[in-house]
Amino acid sequence: MKILFFGRLKDGAPAGPVPPGVRDTAALRAWLGRGWPELLDASIRIAVNDEMIVGNRVLDESDEVAFLPPMSGG
Amino acid sequence: MIGVQAEPFDAAALLADFSARAAGAGAIASFTGLVRSENDGAAVSGLELDHHPRLTEQAIAGIGADAAARFALTDVAIVHRHGALAPGEAIVFVAAAAPHRRAAFDAVDYVMDRLKTEAPFWKREHRDGGAHWLEARDSDRADRHRWETKAG
Repeated sequence: MKILFFGRLKDGAPAGPVPPGVRDTAALRAWLGRGWPELLDASIRIAVNDEMIVGNRVLDESDEVAFLPPMSGG
Repeated sequence: MIGVQAEPFDAAALLADFSARAAGAGAIASFTGLVRSENDGAAVSGLELDHHPRLTEQAIAGIGADAAARFALTDVAIVHRHGALAPGEAIVFVAAAAPHRRAAFDAVDYVMDRLKTEAPFWKREHRDGGAHWLEARDSDRADRHRWETKAG
């Protein structure tokens, strides 16, 4: 699974490989948020494979997950 | 002419190209946004615009298509920079061609309001000896909201 961070999150990184038990976006956010509480904030949105998601979504190994903080405009 | 690019662009050249392609339209309006040299009273030495390689382009294309439909444009152009920019450099170019002026003026205004609030860009400004990530201003959101209360 590929995880990308943007804007003010871009200098961060996961603490290590995603554990096998993390199979959806809610679990991924919770796992990352243990060492990085900012990611738990509802203002941080998630896109999976270039699609913004609402609610939870099942993930598999080939997915690309992007964490998007509030946008600042151009 | 819709795109996101790291390279600087020449707004006058973009407008000339756009005007040539829009031959027959009754009105062309354009807007060029520049990197400010100061913000909140502090000198800005430059900024970085982070973007998502695909979501940003998709969002811009969607905004352009919405503007074209809403204002019955004959053509629309949106060119946006990403990466490192210096004060005075052009950051965004928008142009709209329509049969009459009001649609062209309004379309450019509408596109900018949506870009400022919905396009996936994250801006880091270099000032005060540090780098600061910015978020959309309340005034940007208020500007965006104007279009929700108008018919059409």
